[in-house]
Amino acid sequence: MKHLRPALSLFLLLTVLTGLIYPLAVTGLAQALFPWRANGSLLAVDGHAVGSALIGQNFTTPGDFWGRPSATSPYPDNAQASGGSNLGPTNPALIDAVQARIAALRAADPDNHAPIPVDLVTASGSGLDPQISLAAAYYQAPRVARARHLPLADVEALIARNAHWPWLHLFGTPRVNVLELNLALNALRAKPID
Amino acid sequence: MTRKTLTLFDRSLVRPALLESLRKLDPRVQWRNPVMFVVYIGSLFTSALWVQALVSRGEAPAWFIGAVTLWLWFTVLFANFAEALAESRARAQAASLRGMKKTVTAKKLKEARHGPWTVVPGDNLRRDDIVLIEAGDFVPCDGQVIEGVASVDESAITGESAPVIRESGGDFSAVTGGTRVLSDWVIVRCTADPGESFLDRMIALVEGAKRRKTPNEIALTILLVALTLVFLLVTATLLPFSVYSVNAAHAGLPVTLTVLVALLVCLIPTTIGGLLSAIGVAGMGRMLLANVVATSGRAIEAAGDVDVLLLDKTGTITLGNRQATAFLPAPGVDEKDLADAAQLASLADETPEGRSIVVLAKRFALRERQVHELEASFVAFSAHTRMSGVDLPQRQIRKGAADAMRAWMESQSGSYPQAVVQAVDTISRRGSTPLVVAEVYQGKPRVLGVIELKDIVKGGIKERFAQLRRMGIRTVMITGDNRLTAAAIAAEAGVDDFLAEATPENKLELIRKTQAEGRLVAMTGDGTNDAPALAQADVAVAMHSGTQAAKEAGNMVDLDSNPTKLIEVVEIGKQMLMTRGALTTFSIANDVAKYFAILPAAFVATYPQLGALNIMHLTSPDSAILSAVIFNALIIVALIPLALKGVRYRALGADAVLARNLLIYGLGGVAVPFIGIKLIDLLLTAMGWY
Amino acid sequence: MTTEFFVLLAVLLAALLATVRPLGRYFAWIMEGRPAWAPLAAVETRLLRLCGVDDGEMDWRQYGYALLIFSAIGTVALYALQRLQGWLPLDPQHFGAVSPDSSFNTAISFVTNTNWQGYAGESTMSYLTQMLGLAVQNFLSAASGIAVAFVLIRGLARHSTRLLGNFWKDLYRITAYALLPISFVLALVLVSQGVIQNFSAYQNVTTLEPTTYAAPKLDAAGQPVKGADGQVVNQTVIVPQQTIAMGPVASQEAIKELGTNGGGFFNANSAHPYENPNALTNFLEMLAVLLIPAALVYTFGYAVGDTRQGWALLAAMALVFAVAVTLLAAAEHQGNPAIGALGVDQAHTALQSGGNMEGKETRFGIAASVLFDAVTTATSCGAVNSMIDSYTPLGGMVPMALIQLGEVIFGGVGSGLAGMLVFALVAVFIGGLMVGRTPEYVGKKIEAFDMKMLSIAVLLMPILVLVGTALAAVLPAGVAGLANPGAHGFSEMLYAFTSAANNNGSAFAGLSANTPFYNILLGVAMLLGRFAVIVPILALAGSLAAKKRIPPGSGTMPTHGALFISLLIGTLFLVGALNFFPAWALGPIVEQLSPLPVH
Repeated sequence: MKHLRPALSLFLLLTVLTGLIYPLAVTGLAQALFPWRANGSLLAVDGHAVGSALIGQNFTTPGDFWGRPSATSPYPDNAQASGGSNLGPTNPALIDAVQARIAALRAADPDNHAPIPVDLVTASGSGLDPQISLAAAYYQAPRVARARHLPLADVEALIARNAHWPWLHLFGTPRVNVLELNLALNALRAKPID
Repeated sequence: MTRKTLTLFDRSLVRPALLESLRKLDPRVQWRNPVMFVVYIGSLFTSALWVQALVSRGEAPAWFIGAVTLWLWFTVLFANFAEALAESRARAQAASLRGMKKTVTAKKLKEARHGPWTVVPGDNLRRDDIVLIEAGDFVPCDGQVIEGVASVDESAITGESAPVIRESGGDFSAVTGGTRVLSDWVIVRCTADPGESFLDRMIALVEGAKRRKTPNEIALTILLVALTLVFLLVTATLLPFSVYSVNAAHAGLPVTLTVLVALLVCLIPTTIGGLLSAIGVAGMGRMLLANVVATSGRAIEAAGDVDVLLLDKTGTITLGNRQATAFLPAPGVDEKDLADAAQLASLADETPEGRSIVVLAKRFALRERQVHELEASFVAFSAHTRMSGVDLPQRQIRKGAADAMRAWMESQSGSYPQAVVQAVDTISRRGSTPLVVAEVYQGKPRVLGVIELKDIVKGGIKERFAQLRRMGIRTVMITGDNRLTAAAIAAEAGVDDFLAEATPENKLELIRKTQAEGRLVAMTGDGTNDAPALAQADVAVAMHSGTQAAKEAGNMVDLDSNPTKLIEVVEIGKQMLMTRGALTTFSIANDVAKYFAILPAAFVATYPQLGALNIMHLTSPDSAILSAVIFNALIIVALIPLALKGVRYRALGADAVLARNLLIYGLGGVAVPFIGIKLIDLLLTAMGWY
Repeated sequence: MTTEFFVLLAVLLAALLATVRPLGRYFAWIMEGRPAWAPLAAVETRLLRLCGVDDGEMDWRQYGYALLIFSAIGTVALYALQRLQGWLPLDPQHFGAVSPDSSFNTAISFVTNTNWQGYAGESTMSYLTQMLGLAVQNFLSAASGIAVAFVLIRGLARHSTRLLGNFWKDLYRITAYALLPISFVLALVLVSQGVIQNFSAYQNVTTLEPTTYAAPKLDAAGQPVKGADGQVVNQTVIVPQQTIAMGPVASQEAIKELGTNGGGFFNANSAHPYENPNALTNFLEMLAVLLIPAALVYTFGYAVGDTRQGWALLAAMALVFAVAVTLLAAAEHQGNPAIGALGVDQAHTALQSGGNMEGKETRFGIAASVLFDAVTTATSCGAVNSMIDSYTPLGGMVPMALIQLGEVIFGGVGSGLAGMLVFALVAVFIGGLMVGRTPEYVGKKIEAFDMKMLSIAVLLMPILVLVGTALAAVLPAGVAGLANPGAHGFSEMLYAFTSAANNNGSAFAGLSANTPFYNILLGVAMLLGRFAVIVPILALAGSLAAKKRIPPGSGTMPTHGALFISLLIGTLFLVGALNFFPAWALGPIVEQLSPLPVH
């Protein structure tokens, strides 16, 4: 077994190189150069972390913008158990879930008869999607405005201010970060306590 | 040499082939062809299912299983038939070869000296028999001259037009069967037994039919076996898939074993599998048809790969015999007088050169004369004087090689003019042979001039070489001439390269060097001194007229002893490979349509929506499956002519050939079964079976 | 179909094209073993000597032994690390030992460059296991894959020799000179975009809204309490906080893409915002996946002295890729008709990406999701930024088919080129016969032994996939893992074995594969799919290297033109993909043709 010694020693050498030195070097530089991002892009209000700009949260009250449905277990937007629903396109369970979401949206805003944007009724891949499409935001604007007693125009302007457009038609989709939007809403006018 | 050409489905061949295809149902025979063996086992299996359906409840209606089974057996039989037909054709061709072995008679001597002899057939000669060979006789066996000296025309073997001297003792004592003594006589001791000749052994090889697979055939078989294996698994796993689907859809029944076997047989490459050995045998047969006997299929296959052709100049590139093309008179001699003298001297010369002198002289309005009017006595060429001519009253005319004529002039106290020496020189440098003509007229010796005997490049040979170049084959001319001469002829003939002043040693060297570059070399040869080169070359075609040693060293023998045949050999080799490739492509491409026929049929009961895949709109699931199986069997028969004749060969570059064959056999292979299966289905429907 | 999709596809391929030549040459430099910049060369020499590596080259057998021993050591080490992680440091969430069958599966999965994940990263693996075990194998399995490609390239480029290089030296040079530096740069760029890189414990944040959900009430023994009617009693749970998983993600993410490994730090893989926070990172990750597989194709052409040979293979790859991903995009843009029937707006507009968004992230929409998916399934990466299980049936069939082609459309690092060369050799064999010569590729004759090795390399995979799926389809343990009913469930099993046998690692992730049945069966499939293919490829390289090199002539079939590219693609489909046609018919095709579910 003349290969055994090189095999073992090279394995150790490369493990140290790629498994210790490399990640530690990246961590060191990352913490020095981009500490906020390297530590999770956490957002704080009054010094208290209220979430991450990159991680979706569960919103269910009419006064907040709702994010993408989340299929994480055991509860939605569980940030230590990411994942999608994995329901197949023809699975009746998928259709049931979509119908339930449609019902919830309709119930919260009975007068809105516009077609519901698809991202509001389909679960995201990570279960932690922080964003919704602009269409989904504008769809919810009347409900949020009513619940917050805000003029619709103000809410729509807020959406426009927080909107992200595809860069050069190439990178990204028309979207808005739900947590940031709701934080901006709170800054505009606190949500009335139901 | 007339040979019966057999039509493809000659009745005399078909009947024995039909019988033979039944005999080939022996599992030990089937085992040799793995693809067809799977069909064989499948047929046995469905036969059992059929019997089960007859005697008790089968998995499907007995008539359906029966019909599928019948056509599966036909598939096996059709493949057997293709092989049997190819074999019987090759056998028939070999048999006709036996018939054309020319029988030579020999003058057998009782003892090793000139004396009384008896005429015996050449075939009866044994080793150590002594024969007398006189002017005009063929040498009946390979042997050793033990007495006498003679000029021998070995041009049929060596291609060299000039007669060679054979005498007892020394380097020039060996004579070869098939050559012809031109002058004088020799006594020869035979050195080989009859029936041991190369040809004899080769015919035995073809008839032996214990063909060994060629390297490419083996590689292809591996691919086909691999495909068969994977399709075996594709169909075998379809059963569990089907079971799952039936459980999931709560509809239909799992796919039947009959349908699975049908699908398997349709998917595995039966077309090429069934025709593969027929293609190989047919390749040998085509060689035989060209009067070339190959020692092995391997040699034929190698012929397709040849990159470099070594061609002897004489006989291959140029006509075997030189021709008189010009008269160069000596100073003070009229050209017409020279022509006249030359013609007179050649009237009795039956060699091609002699005849060409007579023909050339006619251009000077010299009519042929009646020999008896001249009171001429002709002096034949003899190995001693090395000249020939005519003795007229008052006049002796001689023609011969320059040095022999010079000697004759000197013996007659005549002068040999410097201008003639120069003319001889010029002609030699041009790549031609000079022949000096001189006379003694009323006691006065005089050199008349020189005849130029020229190498004539064969008509059409240049185009042939251009063709070879397009096929990617380089031609190299081998000649004993000096560089200048060789270059002149090479340029005229359009060969890519030449080897001048060739010796057996540098010929061998050239082959080794070319092979070291990774190229395959083909050559023809006949002489004993060619043997090492022949043995070294990848494809070595020995002339049947050549020596035993040459035939032993080569891997093919050309019975016509035509060195140009090499080109045909290459083409046959290529054609055989092309046929295999084309049918493989066709066979694999066929699977697309078969999937579309069988899959919807097999699963439509479970998943009605799969009916959408029935793009051929076949009448019913049963008719779809049966149509696919029938098509699969019939296509073998339909392709037998292609397998036996080979795909059409054209001397084009690889790119063009590939494009053409991909279009025909690739795209065609996808399209044809769609049409075929649909037609069969229509037919089955029209006949009211569905 | 949207212009965004086509622009994105074009830009991706253009960016890739720009890297092919320089990176291809760089790999040629690594392969040829030429000395590096003096100080680095000194380190190389000293370290290799320290490890007991001698300078000589190996024949294919020795090379194979070395690779197998090295991989075996890696497997054992990774297995041990998972089993022991509870006693080891860098485990802030106090995860215990991973189960034996899952550890076995994962160890094989990462050593074979598959990165199939039966587990969920953020709830199973300690930081130490992730970086010292999984990420290390991301490097080493990629390096071995590239080494195999080196051997095959050498086999084709060299002649009349038995020697094919030194595995240890190749391994070191690939890791130290290519994988590490590129990963390092990529990791930092990823952090700059929001990918995390830390060793903190999971962060608790107080969410704006508490989350309420119903959970079964448990008794003291941890068993669900049942009511008088036998039903489980539910209680309402209120979660005021969100616990956000952390970890050294960027360093692992970089090599996960670059080495076409695909094993995510998190369960959601590249759909997780911490792995792939925006469209730019998504683009860079796609590019990173394609980078080495494409470059190695150039390296091959360069090494055999005819770069056209490499470009031809690349053209075939790019062509199949473009067609496949366009099909995929079309299917997903159509959306789900069953959801459309409910009055949901799936149209592509200025305000939304539309299409089938189940399992997809808003920031990627359809275009960036399907492109990423096609990239990672054409290669052996298998990372996902959207859930394939929820794709439309035809959409899900495209990645499956891309894998089933044998992952030769760019393919895995090294294994992709090797696989494509295998198909090129088969295509040349059939095509070569058709032009009437013993087939030859870049001057090498293809003979019986080569054909044997080629056949094993080509056919092993379909056999593993079909037999594995068949077993799962009829055994209760197999069917039990299905998340979706009917034909889609069949697709889940088919995809699992397809992914494992091809060392891809992506999944129709609904399948509950973290069971002893799947862990073991898929483990075996991965093992054979990797090493039972590598060995014949090495043997093939050995046989090719020993041959003479035939100079090309006009009678040789050209292997660089449009004609050869079509022949190659035809062979890919007829020999490679056609085997799966019946399985497609019973999975995705039948599902696509199914009527809408009635409700």
